[in-house]
Amino acid sequence: MSGNPAPPLDTEALNVAAMLAWIEGEIAPRADRYDAEARLPSQVVEEMGARGLLGAAIPSSFGGSALGARAQGRLCEALGQASASALSLYTVHSMVATALARLGTKAQRQSWLPRLAAGTVVAGFALSEPGAGSDADGVQTSFTRDGGQVIVTGVKSWVSFGQVANLLLVIGKLDGRMAALLVPTDAAGVDIEPVTGMLGFQAGMLATITLDQVSVGADNVVGFSDFGLAQIVGLVLDQGRHCIAWGCVGLAQACLEASVAYCSDRVQFGRPLIELQLVQEMVADMMAETHAARLMCVNASKARDARSADMIVRTAAAKYFSARCADRAASAALQLHGANGLSDRYPVQRYLRDAKVMNIIEGSTQIQQVVLAQHAKSWTRMSREFA
Amino acid sequence: MTVNSEADIAGRYREFLGRFLGGIEVGEEENIFQTGVVNSLFAMQIILFVESEFGIAVESEDMEIANFSTVNALARFVRGKQAIGAGA
Repeated sequence: MSGNPAPPLDTEALNVAAMLAWIEGEIAPRADRYDAEARLPSQVVEEMGARGLLGAAIPSSFGGSALGARAQGRLCEALGQASASALSLYTVHSMVATALARLGTKAQRQSWLPRLAAGTVVAGFALSEPGAGSDADGVQTSFTRDGGQVIVTGVKSWVSFGQVANLLLVIGKLDGRMAALLVPTDAAGVDIEPVTGMLGFQAGMLATITLDQVSVGADNVVGFSDFGLAQIVGLVLDQGRHCIAWGCVGLAQACLEASVAYCSDRVQFGRPLIELQLVQEMVADMMAETHAARLMCVNASKARDARSADMIVRTAAAKYFSARCADRAASAALQLHGANGLSDRYPVQRYLRDAKVMNIIEGSTQIQQVVLAQHAKSWTRMSREFA
Repeated sequence: MTVNSEADIAGRYREFLGRFLGGIEVGEEENIFQTGVVNSLFAMQIILFVESEFGIAVESEDMEIANFSTVNALARFVRGKQAIGAGA
């Protein structure tokens, strides 16, 4: 064995390592407080920008870190383990950045991506409406051409970080087709109403946003084409799905670590809980499933880094499995904590609430099942590649 | 940049369709979006395939149904993009 020191990590690995350390040291210990206060402090948002976290998915030519899918996944796992609400900010911000990087005009990219990378502009994604959730094609928000402007009318629900976003990517109908439009939140006619009382992601600063005859330049339309819905679902939501899949791995990992720590300390019937076989069963299941979920996410990330046509289905599979894994892990973790788990003095009740949300956002568990089933015939080949 | 023949592109695209459509055969001038087997998700998978298989970038302005509706249309589109890239 050589006595030489290990080769230095590459730059990407160093940047990710620093971000991971910050997430674990600064966000994780305060996540319960963020939930209780129903907000992510502005200093945290600014710090996420200043440290390059919000620019992780953005090309380096626009000031981002241009991290690959695997590295982004690692960040999302860490955020999911620390705070699902902080994960949510990264997710929606990166979805808008991905849309601009991939579909935006040169002027749109140059105008917005550097500011998104620095975090001086916080982005939100506005798709869902009171009457359109899983059925994305059912959106009613209208984009009407008026000379060189586009007039926006509609109501958007569940906009993550809509309370503080400076820029929205709004999905609506233009010329009868699905389209995406950039809308600054300080435009006249934009009304932002905070959403309170959510079960999970309580610091996600959700808002209902009413767009009343909002007028923006026609050059704010992003990537308008025959593939409107396909672009939005296949590209923008796909980015979000990847983030949440990894975030669920982090959430499951948090449940596992909390459970092992608690059960190692808690003594009942004269011995630590961890020595009881029914407890061991639950811990073992958490270990195996979290590991399996992580490997599915690695598989999806590899496909994404290779820009494989399979990446969308692999990402759907990862999200489906990881979200269900997180739900089971959180339920088990709370059970293992007993009555203590029901108290907000322990994080496991937050983990369970957040896990429920994970199974609904970025394509519900049932939607992912539909997507997977549509690819049943090609899955055998797919499942043997990228292994 | 490599410039493939339209026949080569068409052959590789048909192979891709065969893998993803469970063996369903599509004629060279058959509009795949009217067959009922292609949805919006698959449309993005086609774009991803085209980009990775043929080394081109599908820009927003390229995303017209006409460029992807039939095997032959896609072959013409890809070859055209490759030729532009080779001449750049």
